[in-house]
Amino acid sequence: MTTELNRGLTLERTADRNSFGEKVTGLLDQLYGAALRLAKNREDAEDLVAEAVAKAWASRRSLKDPEKFRSWIFRILTNTFISDCRKRALRPQAETFEEHPSDAESAFSLFEEIHQPFLLWWGNPEKDFLNKLLSQDIEKAVDTLPAAFRVVIVLSDMEGFSYQEISEILRVPVGTVRSRLARGRGLLQKALWEHAKDAGLIKSR
Amino acid sequence: MKKVKTIGCEEALKHLLAYLDQEVGAVKHREMEHHLEICRTCFSRAEFEQSLKTRLREVGRGTVRASFEKRIKTLFGRF
Repeated sequence: MTTELNRGLTLERTADRNSFGEKVTGLLDQLYGAALRLAKNREDAEDLVAEAVAKAWASRRSLKDPEKFRSWIFRILTNTFISDCRKRALRPQAETFEEHPSDAESAFSLFEEIHQPFLLWWGNPEKDFLNKLLSQDIEKAVDTLPAAFRVVIVLSDMEGFSYQEISEILRVPVGTVRSRLARGRGLLQKALWEHAKDAGLIKSR
Repeated sequence: MKKVKTIGCEEALKHLLAYLDQEVGAVKHREMEHHLEICRTCFSRAEFEQSLKTRLREVGRGTVRASFEKRIKTLFGRF
């Protein structure tokens, strides 16, 4: 009786593990892509994903709706990252999660800097600008963002989560998601502009 | 169908990113579409912001190393 019960439990655990493994494997590139932009380097990103996967397995019973597996595991990933940031904040020169750039800095618009309405028919400086940017330029600009803004940019622009999903992942109101996204995008555009000036992609004004 | 309210550039810019994120309601969506049809500058801006979003999406794609995939499989084995 006990042996049969044990065998049943083992089979259940194996089925559980296989199903969990399949889901995680299917999302591994996405989890790693997000982790890479959060942690900023390959090794830390791999550690972050591995830690999140182990935590997800340990708390798999807390997932009530299997349809929400993706947002659930991303929540674990971002929470792991945020708690790492907070632990590291005690060390000097470490990145903190709480940073609030001024509104003036975050209201920056690349389009307003680049757009030239009189060139409308025979030139497209905005398109030219984007074409000159390499993927590494964009990665570097994302990496300059304070963590609180980087997280929402990663979840929204890179991973395609809705504002509501991001609000649930980060456990903040939707209004906070909106404002962090707006400010994060402004900062990102400012970083791209500065980089483009430094790299000589555009003439500084 | 109700007539679409004409909105100005200031109003359109306020909602542009949410519109591109598909986070505005049906009425605002129609107002935005209508504005972008008649305003060349806002249309160009929408096109630019969308292209930047697309580039970001591409940058966000990661590919794990074979060694990391192996590490995760080993982790599964311990579960």
